[in-house]
Amino acid sequence: MIKLEHIHRDFQVGDQTVHALDDINLEITQGEYLSVMGPSGSGKSTLLNLIGMLDHATSGSYSLADQNITEMDEQQEAQIRNKYIGFVFQAFHLIPRLSAAENIELPLVLAGIAPSVRQPKVEQALQAMNLVDRAHHKPDQLSGGQRQRVAIARATITEPSVLLADEPTGNLDQKSGEDVIDTLESLNKKGITLIIVTHDHHLGKRSARAIKMLDGRIESDQANG
Amino acid sequence: MITSDILGYSWLSLKGYKSRTLLMLLAMSISVASVLLLTALGEGARRYVNGEFASLGTNLVIVLPGRSETAGMGLNTMMGVTPRDLTLEDARALQRHSAITRIAPLNVGAAEASWQSRKREVTIMGSTQELLTLRHWKLASGSFLPDTEWDRATPVCVIGKKIRDEIFGAHSALGQWIRLGQNRYRVIGVMASEGRSIGIDVQELVIIPVASAQALFNTPSLFRILIESKSREAMQKVIEFTENTIKQRHHGELDVTVITQDAVLKTFDNILSALTYGVGGIAAISLAVAGILIMNVMLVAVSQRTAEIGLLKALGASRQKILVLILTEAMQLSLLGVFFGFILGLGGSWGIRSALPELQAYPPLWAILASFGVAMLTGLLFSLLPATKASKLDPVRALQGH
Repeated sequence: MIKLEHIHRDFQVGDQTVHALDDINLEITQGEYLSVMGPSGSGKSTLLNLIGMLDHATSGSYSLADQNITEMDEQQEAQIRNKYIGFVFQAFHLIPRLSAAENIELPLVLAGIAPSVRQPKVEQALQAMNLVDRAHHKPDQLSGGQRQRVAIARATITEPSVLLADEPTGNLDQKSGEDVIDTLESLNKKGITLIIVTHDHHLGKRSARAIKMLDGRIESDQANG
Repeated sequence: MITSDILGYSWLSLKGYKSRTLLMLLAMSISVASVLLLTALGEGARRYVNGEFASLGTNLVIVLPGRSETAGMGLNTMMGVTPRDLTLEDARALQRHSAITRIAPLNVGAAEASWQSRKREVTIMGSTQELLTLRHWKLASGSFLPDTEWDRATPVCVIGKKIRDEIFGAHSALGQWIRLGQNRYRVIGVMASEGRSIGIDVQELVIIPVASAQALFNTPSLFRILIESKSREAMQKVIEFTENTIKQRHHGELDVTVITQDAVLKTFDNILSALTYGVGGIAAISLAVAGILIMNVMLVAVSQRTAEIGLLKALGASRQKILVLILTEAMQLSLLGVFFGFILGLGGSWGIRSALPELQAYPPLWAILASFGVAMLTGLLFSLLPATKASKLDPVRALQGH
C-alpha cells in the first residue's frame, strides 16, 4: 500500500541543512493501524505530510497503491490525494463560513461530484458521526469534539484508503479525545489504513504498530502486543 | 469542480467577508458610475448642440454674395468689375434641381415701423412663404406670407412677438395696417418662435414678401439665399449645382460663397465627441485604480485565508483549482461592482436629465460596453497576482497559517 524507500527530506535553515527525514524506509499495508511517536522536531509530522503528498522528499522514492508518487505532477498528486488520502488535523481546519454539512461535502465538491450524488453521502457521514442535528451549524457553534468529528467525516467522505491524523486529540479534552480515537479506530476496523502522529504514550500503546522517531530516523518499529 | 460549485464557493467567501466585499463593490461601482455619468454629460452636450443646430433648419445650404478668396489678376479685376448682386432671378434659377426641396431668398434691412402714435426701429426681412418651414419656425396666430409669385409685392407682413407687444400692446394686431418706411402693410400673422438663429431674434423681426422688401430698400440684391436639400446625401450635389448655376448666370465667375450648416455642425460634433471620449478615458483610469484596490484587497484576502487554501490543497485541490476559485471570486466581485455601478450611473444620468431636461444626458452605448469590459478586465488582471500567489502556497506551511 505505502512504500517509502531511502526517503530524505532536507530543510535549509539559514546556512544549515536540517535533515528532517534521514533515510526512511517504511512499508505499510492496507488496513494497518500505526502510531508515530517522538519528540518535537523528530520528523514525525514531516513524515505524515510526505505520505499525504503535502510535502516532497528531497531524495528517495515513494509509492502509494502501486503508483509512483515521486514522478507525478502537481495536478495528478491533487487527484490522488483527493481519492486516497484523508487528513485530520490538530487544529481541525474547518472553514468557518461553511456549515458542518458543507465542510464535510468539500472534498466531493473539489472532486467535481454532482450534488445529487454528494447529498446521500453527506447524510450518511453525518449519521455515522452522530452529527445529524448539527448539520447546519457553523464550526463556531460546535464543541471541540464535534468539530473534530466533522473533520473526520470530511476526511473520510471520499472513502480514502489512508487516514492521516496529526495530533487529532491535541486540542481536545480527555473525554472528547477518547471519542475521537474510538471513532478513528472503528474506521480502521472497517479497513482504512490509520496513521496517527501523537505525543500521547497511552494513545501510542493502543495502535497495532508503533513507530518511534528521533532526529529524522525511525528508532523503533514494533508491533504492540 | 462543477461550475455551479465554483460559483457557490466564491459567493460564500464574498458573503463571508462582508466589509471587504462592500468596500470593493463601492470602489468598483463608483468608477463604473463615473464613466457612465461623465460620458452621459458629454453626450448630452453633443445632443444639445446638435439640437440647437437642427432648429436652424436641416440640410441647409446658404448662398452669400461675394467670395472671400482672391481670384488673382483675372479679366474682371483688370476691367474693374465688382461682384454681381445675388438676385431673385438667381434664386429662381436654383428651383429647377430635384434635390432641392425649398428655397427662401432673403433680404434684410432696417426701417421705422409705426402704428398710430407708436414707433420703433425694426429689422425687416424680405422672404417667401417657404421660409417658415425651412427654418422650422412657428406662428402664434394668423398666417405666414402668402404663396404668390416671388416678384409680387403684396403689402402684408408677419411680425415678431416682441414687436406685437411693443407696438400694439393690448390691441389685436391681426388685420391692422402698419407703416414700414414709406409703405403700409397689413399684419397677417404673429411669430411664435423664440430664441435666435444666426444672430437674428425672431421676436424682433418683421417679415414681408421679398419683392416688397426690394421695393422698400430700393435694391434688387439679396442678402442670402437659403436652400433646403432633400437629404444629407444630396447636399454635395446641391452645392455643386448651385455653384454651377450661379457661375453660369454671372458670366462664368463664381462670385458667391456657398456654405453648409452641416460643416459647422460637424466641427462641433467632432469637438464634443472628442471631449466625451476624453472624459470617458479619464473616468476609465479610475476603473484601473479600482482594479489596483481589488488587487490589494485580494492579496489581503489570500493571506487571511492562507490556512483555508492549505486545507483545500490537503483535500485535493490542485493549483489550477485554487487559481480558478480566487479568479472567480474577483470576477463575481467585478460583476457585482459593474451592476451597482450601472444602477448608480444610469440613475445619476436620469437625475441629471430630470434636473436639466434640455440636456439629454444618456450614456452612450460604447461607454456602457467599455466600462463593463474594462471593469471585468481590470478585475481579472489585478486578481491574477493574488490568485497565483495563493495557488503557489506551500500546503504544509499554509496549514500552519504562515
